[in-house]
Amino acid sequence: MESIFGFISPKILSQILVGLSRTVILFIVSSGLSLILGVLRIPNVAHGSLYMIGAFMAYTVSHLFGGGNMGFWMALVLAPLGVAVVSFAAERSLFQFLYEREHLMLLLLTFAMSLVFGDLVKMIWGAEYRSVPVPSVFQGYINLFGGLPFPIYSFFLLVIGPVIAILLWLLTNKTKIGKISRAAAVDREMVGAVGINVSWVFATVFIIGCLLAGLGGVLVAPTVSVTLGMDHTLIMEAFLIVIMGGLGNVWGALLGSLIFGLTQSLGILVWPQFGIVFPYLAVVVVLLFRPTGLLRSTW
Amino acid sequence: MKNPLLRGKLPWVIAALIVLFLLPLFLDRFYVYLAAIILLTGLCATSLNFVLGYGGVFQFHHAVFYGIGAYGTALMIIKSGLSPWLGFVVGPVAAGIVGFVIGVICIRLSKLYFGMLQISLGSLVWAIVYRWYSFTGGDDGIHGVPLPDIISSPNGAYYFTLTVTALSMFVLYRMIRSPFGSALQGIRDNPVRSEMIGVNVKLQQLIALTIAGFFGGVAGSLFVVVDNTVFPDMMFWTLSLELIIMCLLGGWFSFLGPMVGAGIIVLLRTYVSGLTVYWAFILGIIMMLVIFFLPNGVLGYLDRFVKKKARGG
Repeated sequence: MESIFGFISPKILSQILVGLSRTVILFIVSSGLSLILGVLRIPNVAHGSLYMIGAFMAYTVSHLFGGGNMGFWMALVLAPLGVAVVSFAAERSLFQFLYEREHLMLLLLTFAMSLVFGDLVKMIWGAEYRSVPVPSVFQGYINLFGGLPFPIYSFFLLVIGPVIAILLWLLTNKTKIGKISRAAAVDREMVGAVGINVSWVFATVFIIGCLLAGLGGVLVAPTVSVTLGMDHTLIMEAFLIVIMGGLGNVWGALLGSLIFGLTQSLGILVWPQFGIVFPYLAVVVVLLFRPTGLLRSTW
Repeated sequence: MKNPLLRGKLPWVIAALIVLFLLPLFLDRFYVYLAAIILLTGLCATSLNFVLGYGGVFQFHHAVFYGIGAYGTALMIIKSGLSPWLGFVVGPVAAGIVGFVIGVICIRLSKLYFGMLQISLGSLVWAIVYRWYSFTGGDDGIHGVPLPDIISSPNGAYYFTLTVTALSMFVLYRMIRSPFGSALQGIRDNPVRSEMIGVNVKLQQLIALTIAGFFGGVAGSLFVVVDNTVFPDMMFWTLSLELIIMCLLGGWFSFLGPMVGAGIIVLLRTYVSGLTVYWAFILGIIMMLVIFFLPNGVLGYLDRFVKKKARGG
């Protein structure tokens, strides 16, 4: 190990790990967004709100179960399901009437929804900062590469990320709904013409996408303070990742998240004050050379 | 260019200007401030509509130019020892230049991609302003920008805003009615045909983006005059979407639509925020209703209503 990583300082290595654990959150949220963009063609600004709702639900559930290990695991299961219920209601009451609308209108409409969701969260949970405790199994730090501490919870995230990626691959490639939704992304009329109820396929894909947003929210909750406004920064990042990776391409979302997460964490080393600038610069550079994203878009 | 439409409307425009001119005589200080905010927000929305409604370009992040205009003016006044009036030139010009640069980078992309790249470049500008504490004041922004005496009183600020807004609106109106404006609308309706008949599509759009950026910057400078502050939220992307909503609410195919939309939104925000903390909730509901029921905006609706009545009678 020493000889391989000898030329990279431990500081850079630990920063890479920080970036990778950030990548996991970004990937989970933006893959959901990308799924919805690819199949339903909806640029869903409210996706960020569902992420925020997921985080707040995680707070509530983990407190209901006493805040310990049990609370966290229950939150991990129940909060995404709660988000799925919310998104199901939203899909049946609003989105299903919108699939043929113009993109600009959809963008504005989902932005309006994100405002409504934001204030609903304010009504239910209030404007205070909330924190979700890190479960005791994952508390503490591991000393890495010459004594730099790295939180165990981040290792947990690093495991979750690939698991989600594999599950998503199985879902889109090996299951019937996955195959139908990929077909619907290419030609929804044809899919309807062969007798498949496209409306319910869309509903399912929408809910899965939103569930991912909720899951991202739960997973990020122990590492940040859960607060109003956490949707605004994240949805912008998720959109840029999806655009950078190729609209509707889940692997593009993975690649985009990697670029975004790593440029952010390494950028801080290069120029601490303006670390926040590097991911945006990366997006600009990528789009200059590949105007429709890195991987093939489904559009 | 003689325009029969303008001739019919001219008395109304003059009447409106007279009313606006007399406003401070019978309104409280707060309402004068509010009127000024409506005027400059309306100017910003109109400048956005210049490219969005008339040009058909997906300018998703127009607030950046508003912010740059404001920061350009404030920083010029504070950091340089030169005449403060120069700030009102520097702000809008800087916004125009940035509009041009962002335009050059984005113009090759089509609709939604254009909008997204524009948002990312705009967010880049926002991130720099947000982080550059030593120069821009970071997330605190800059407060108490010193102004020339003549425009530092509420009424002075109002009259300055009114004059500049009226002039800017006139210039924008003339541009839309000029051959350039017609070319722009032609590109919006059919870019391929416009290219075929020899219009340089990208160049025309680029000019439009620069002009829009400039006037967005003018609106930002005016905000410094009226409010004496600048802060990074002025160029956060949520404000940009609010500006688009103003255009939509008023009606993007009418020149005064965005101004009307801005008036409605600013008034509502002021009054609703006084009653409840859930202003965003109300705004969201209004936006949804507008998108569902008033796709042509308030003015578009009135227009059709009046025409239907005229035809019926």
